Amino acid sequence: MMASSYNAKDEDGHHSGSVSHGGAGTAKSKKPDNTAFKQQRLPAWQPILTAGTVLPAFFVIGLIFIPIGIGLYVTSNNIKEFEIDYTGVNVDSPCYTCANNFSWNSTTSCSCTVNFTLEQPFENNVYMYYGLSNFYQNHRRYVKSRDDRQLNGDATALKDPSNDCEPYRKIGVETIAPCGAIANSLFNDSLELYYVEPSGALNAVPLAKKGIAWWTDRNVKFRNPAGVDLPTAFKGTAKPVNWRKPVYELDPSDPDNNGFINEDFIVWMRTAALPTFRKLYRIIHKNQSSTSTLPSGRYVLNITYNYPVLSFDGRKRMILSTISWMGGKNPFLGIAYITVGSICFFLGVVLLIIHHKYDTRSNSADIPN
Amino acid sequence: MPSLKFSWGFDPPHQSDTRTVYVANRFPQHGHYIPQRFADNRIISSKYTVWNFVPKNLFEQFRRIANFYFLIIFLVQLMIDTPTSPVTSGLPLFFVITVTAIKQGYEDWLRHKADNEVNGAPVFVVRSGCLVQTRSKNIRVGDIVRVAKDETFPADLALLSSDRVDGTCHITTASLDGETNLKTHFSVPETSVCQSVSQLEALQAVVECHQPEADLYRFVGRITVTQHGEEIVRPLGPENLLLRGARLKNTKEIFGVAVYTGMESKMALNYKCKSQKRSAVEKSMNTFLLIYLGILLSEAVLSTILKYAWQAEDKWDEPFYNQKTEQEKNSSSILKFISDFLAFLVLYNFIIPISLYVTVEMQKFLGSFFIGWDLDLYHEESDQKAQVNTSDLNEELGQVEYVFTDKTGTLTENEMRFQECSINGVKYREVNGKLVPEGLTEDSPDGSTAHLVTMPHVNHVNSFTASRFLIEVLFLQAVSLCHTVQISYDQADCLVGGDPFSHANGFSSSSMEYYASSPDEKALVEAAKRIGVAFTGRNGETMEIKTFGKCEKYKLLHVLEFDPNRRRMSVILQTPSGGKLLFTKGAESAILPFSSSGEIEKTRLHVDEFALKGMRTLVVACRHFSPEEYIDVDKRLTAARTALQQREERLQEAFSHIERDLQLLGATAVEDKLQDKVQETIEALRLAGIKVWVLTGDKHETAVSVSLSCGHFHRTMNILELLQQRSDNECAEQLRRLARRIKDDHVIQHGLVVDGASLSLALREHEKLFMEVCKNCSAVLCCRMAPLQKAKVVRLLKTSPEKPITLAVGDGANDVGMIQEAHVGIGIMGKEGRQAVRNSDYAIARFKFLAKLLLVHGHFYYIRIATLVQYFFYKNVCFITPQFLYQFFCLFSQQTLYDSVYLTLYNICFTSLPILVYSLFEQLVHPHVLQSKPGLYRDISRNSLLSFRTFLYWTLLGFCHAFVFFFGSYILMGEDTTLMGNGQMFGNWTFGTLVFTVMVVTVTLKLALETHFWTWMNHFVTWGSIAFYFIFSLFYGGIIWPFLHTQDMYFVFVQLLSSGSAWFAIIIMVITCLFPDVVKKVIYRHMLPTSTQKSQVTGTRFKALKTSGR
Repeated sequence: MMASSYNAKDEDGHHSGSVSHGGAGTAKSKKPDNTAFKQQRLPAWQPILTAGTVLPAFFVIGLIFIPIGIGLYVTSNNIKEFEIDYTGVNVDSPCYTCANNFSWNSTTSCSCTVNFTLEQPFENNVYMYYGLSNFYQNHRRYVKSRDDRQLNGDATALKDPSNDCEPYRKIGVETIAPCGAIANSLFNDSLELYYVEPSGALNAVPLAKKGIAWWTDRNVKFRNPAGVDLPTAFKGTAKPVNWRKPVYELDPSDPDNNGFINEDFIVWMRTAALPTFRKLYRIIHKNQSSTSTLPSGRYVLNITYNYPVLSFDGRKRMILSTISWMGGKNPFLGIAYITVGSICFFLGVVLLIIHHKYDTRSNSADIPN
Repeated sequence: MPSLKFSWGFDPPHQSDTRTVYVANRFPQHGHYIPQRFADNRIISSKYTVWNFVPKNLFEQFRRIANFYFLIIFLVQLMIDTPTSPVTSGLPLFFVITVTAIKQGYEDWLRHKADNEVNGAPVFVVRSGCLVQTRSKNIRVGDIVRVAKDETFPADLALLSSDRVDGTCHITTASLDGETNLKTHFSVPETSVCQSVSQLEALQAVVECHQPEADLYRFVGRITVTQHGEEIVRPLGPENLLLRGARLKNTKEIFGVAVYTGMESKMALNYKCKSQKRSAVEKSMNTFLLIYLGILLSEAVLSTILKYAWQAEDKWDEPFYNQKTEQEKNSSSILKFISDFLAFLVLYNFIIPISLYVTVEMQKFLGSFFIGWDLDLYHEESDQKAQVNTSDLNEELGQVEYVFTDKTGTLTENEMRFQECSINGVKYREVNGKLVPEGLTEDSPDGSTAHLVTMPHVNHVNSFTASRFLIEVLFLQAVSLCHTVQISYDQADCLVGGDPFSHANGFSSSSMEYYASSPDEKALVEAAKRIGVAFTGRNGETMEIKTFGKCEKYKLLHVLEFDPNRRRMSVILQTPSGGKLLFTKGAESAILPFSSSGEIEKTRLHVDEFALKGMRTLVVACRHFSPEEYIDVDKRLTAARTALQQREERLQEAFSHIERDLQLLGATAVEDKLQDKVQETIEALRLAGIKVWVLTGDKHETAVSVSLSCGHFHRTMNILELLQQRSDNECAEQLRRLARRIKDDHVIQHGLVVDGASLSLALREHEKLFMEVCKNCSAVLCCRMAPLQKAKVVRLLKTSPEKPITLAVGDGANDVGMIQEAHVGIGIMGKEGRQAVRNSDYAIARFKFLAKLLLVHGHFYYIRIATLVQYFFYKNVCFITPQFLYQFFCLFSQQTLYDSVYLTLYNICFTSLPILVYSLFEQLVHPHVLQSKPGLYRDISRNSLLSFRTFLYWTLLGFCHAFVFFFGSYILMGEDTTLMGNGQMFGNWTFGTLVFTVMVVTVTLKLALETHFWTWMNHFVTWGSIAFYFIFSLFYGGIIWPFLHTQDMYFVFVQLLSSGSAWFAIIIMVITCLFPDVVKKVIYRHMLPTSTQKSQVTGTRFKALKTSGR
């Protein structure tokens, strides 16, 4: 085909000499270039989705997904999780009094104790979460009510935070640090865990409060304002309305965990996606000894009940969980993989039948015309 | 001049019908003259200037509904407290506007450049007694302009004088209408003597003429020359007007007075009209947009209502941890309601695909290059490639249901060859340059008559053959004199002599070429020359012919020009012996009724016979004037020609007075060869489900025989006729009869022949009945059609209840109406000038290219743009539905799911390129397969890929995918167990990012599933887009951005990717989305394969064969 068109071009050259066509001989030929691009002949892979081509993919997906799914499911099932609701809705629940006698003005904190039993020992690191329900951390007014510049230690933002913090921006003339609704509503229950020795003695479980926030948050995103010490740095600012103590007293014992870089605070500041959420509270590190981190047995949870949730029908929980490489207990992925894998496999079989019954090749003959 | 006087009271020049131009701007001294204002000679084809570009371009862009919509959204975002920053819709809008503005600005810059070149071109103007060089834009109306040989005229000039004594000049109007023949233009004798600047300086003249109009062939005016205190009035017509853009030929220089300048010149007026056709795809696109607008509004209303339902309880509306601001508490509830509604509108506004228009525009603009680049649409002989005048209609080429084609020059070559003639009732055939009477061969003993014609010097002729000889010669003389053919001498001659007519007698015949606007005329004059009566030149007002070697000079007294209504032309000549003689030539229906002598019946018979062979016929007649008659004729013509008012009508009247009582001489038959592969093309179109209608001005018999020979009509077809209907009732009766015949006989195919007169009857009263008949005929042939009727037929079909997509093909000026009327107008670059090409949407060199243009390019473009449109809606549903669903989990607080930057970049960065590349390169089926199986065209007919069902499918698919992304992520995170190996938690931004990541991957891969033609570019943009998304997100999340006041996304993406569960979740969600789609495709392919799908298999096999064959 190419050869013939070149011949034709030669012919054209001869013609233009004899036909007096407005000087066609001198003018450049308008002939388009014979390139693959311009002729839409670029080399191309032309896949067609037929049973023949799709079948192997289906079987492969099926064969890969089912084992993965089983693996994920087993992993998830091996994770131990314990959850206890300590809100105190019922009269007989230990925190009922605390929950119902709550007042923002009270100076004394209310404490309650919840007993529970772990049937199985928890191995390795155990993570302690608190969970809130019906708490809309994802409300638009709430999500934006923060000033990242202030939290990053910016001196001007400390004194003049963003308007997004309203109505938690200023008290009188003093700016609130940290400003905004998120900071203001910081979860301030304290949880203490005791193992009840068979002897009856209470043995406090060591709870590590560091390593619960993202490393980048703690080291980059959140920074204390500059100053000789924290109280000077925060001088001239007011504590958030709901707080009992100023931000520089969040953890007086550890200057590395105080002020804006307090990890409990940082964790709270990462707003949850859904109204029922968990936040990492403490980590119970594995013992050096061979005994399990949390042996089975009776435990006592000591709660300093500061955080009111009943006004919005909220619930508070404490969760203890071990963890695998894929996170906490979550059977969803495993089930999804097994389901999709089996459907793929099944459809592969169906398509195999279709492929044999309706062979495309035999059909292609009767195209109209 | 009543109208002129009337107008003197008013200043605006366009209020009056005429304009008065004082030559060289010498205004009369006496004071009752108020100068009229005229435009200057600047040509402005550009739309913008540097100053008004921004406002004007913005204004034009915001007149588009979609752009205006986004502007409103943007303004709303600026005004109210919105969930997303104004940047999220401002930036894409800015991007879209900028891209469009850059494209338009570039095009306008090109126009500016061209304008400057034209406006700055040097010209010579006579000013205050000497020749001054100035720029073209400085020419004013009334200036005397000098134009030298081979220059183009800088304005519309009334010719004053040339370097020739008779004041004539030759021009070509190739750039205006494509006619390459030389045309003679004249000046009036009073001014033609002013050949020097000084003489012109003394000239006192006033030109009065009509106000500018676009018709290139109409000019009505008169010139009043004051000589020795005496006013001489001369008429001015188109033959005195030199149009801007035309080129001076064969004449050293001319002087002319500018009458129309700049934007008022005929060329400029003609370029103004641009076709405003919109394709069916665009219409359905707009419908879809409206539907989406409906979805958007209902989602916003629903959300607002639900929000207020939730807020009824205080504990949800304002819990202790989330108090309202003072401002929120204080604003009125109605205002809050409205602002809530608007906020939801803003939140969901991305469901309207903002970049759809700009992508479609780019696709069309870039995609249309492929038509021009196609070697298969390139015609070697004429060195013409296909030309795209509007890229807006590319996809419409894939939707054509009716093709209306002209015959001459479109189906045929328009290369006329003289074949036969009938002289005084005897049929002759041309054999080797000799006329041989019918039934005789050259060598036959009775062939003496034939030799008579060719050898007139032989003296042994009897009186019978002598009279016959005389009439034969008269016939040949008529053929060689009654025409508007020009002679050109070859290049060398021209260069040496300058004026070819100075050695008109010394030329050698081989160096002579005839130029004619009508190929029939050229063929006839050439044939007469071969036979022995050669037209050798036109010298001023004399025409020279060589009758069998003997030179004869005829004085040309008048030319009664051809016009399509009269369908004939005439010349009045003074014979060498002094007699006044009229020759007329035209269609048989235009001449036979006015003939009074000659072999009328026999000639009519012969004409019909010629026509049956598919030849084009012309009838030739003459009339001898007595001196008295001639004086009357002359007076009438001169009076009509100088009339300023109703000149046309008066001319027609004069013509019909003159062209009667004719003596019939005979008829000519010219054959027009069919173009290459016309039959195959028509057959392919028919197989593609396209109905082909041939519309021609030819007579019925010719048309039918051509129709048969080009395969438009089959021998097996039952041919119905609707001819020569005289009355309404008769016509209706015939139509009913035909309808019945079709019903009785529905097995075989029917063809319908209609003539112009019957058609106009049928259209006037019985449109419905006529349409009924037409729709059941597989081929329709309309003959004897006037140009206006062609357009009317197209409009009739276009507006019929089914609203079919029509395409018109033509090559001549008479097809322009139909080309502009049809949805798609195609011009054939033929011999009848450029007018059809200029007014067309696409131009091709040959009819046969239509097959590839429709079946391959049309198919491609349609598939591409249809998928493009559907995909755009799909990806925006995917985009915004999770946002909507999220509102159910955040108290309808208008919290966004995705970060603002993602919202902004989704349409302009992450998902824009793959679809653009797809829409430029996709080939569902191999082009060879498409061309060899025209039936595949039916698969996409009636806008099937943009039908409501397909649209619904894509939209639902979008919703389903969005549900999978959202609820998949929701279930994964719903219990809010940790997904990371270190027990830390994710937040709302990670959740949104997870949904967004799944979405970008799925949406890109969905397009990958649709892609059947993977070039390296597809691979590059598909995988590149996904990679870009990941790289961009890593980068965006990796920095504390100094200018953003929230750092929500800081390290969110990295944290997400560091979770193994997230990876597994992304994979499973993508597969879950795409996998049912794959299954559906496979099952449909096997259970209900479309022919397109079947041919894909053969297409690949074809390719495999080809590669293995190499």
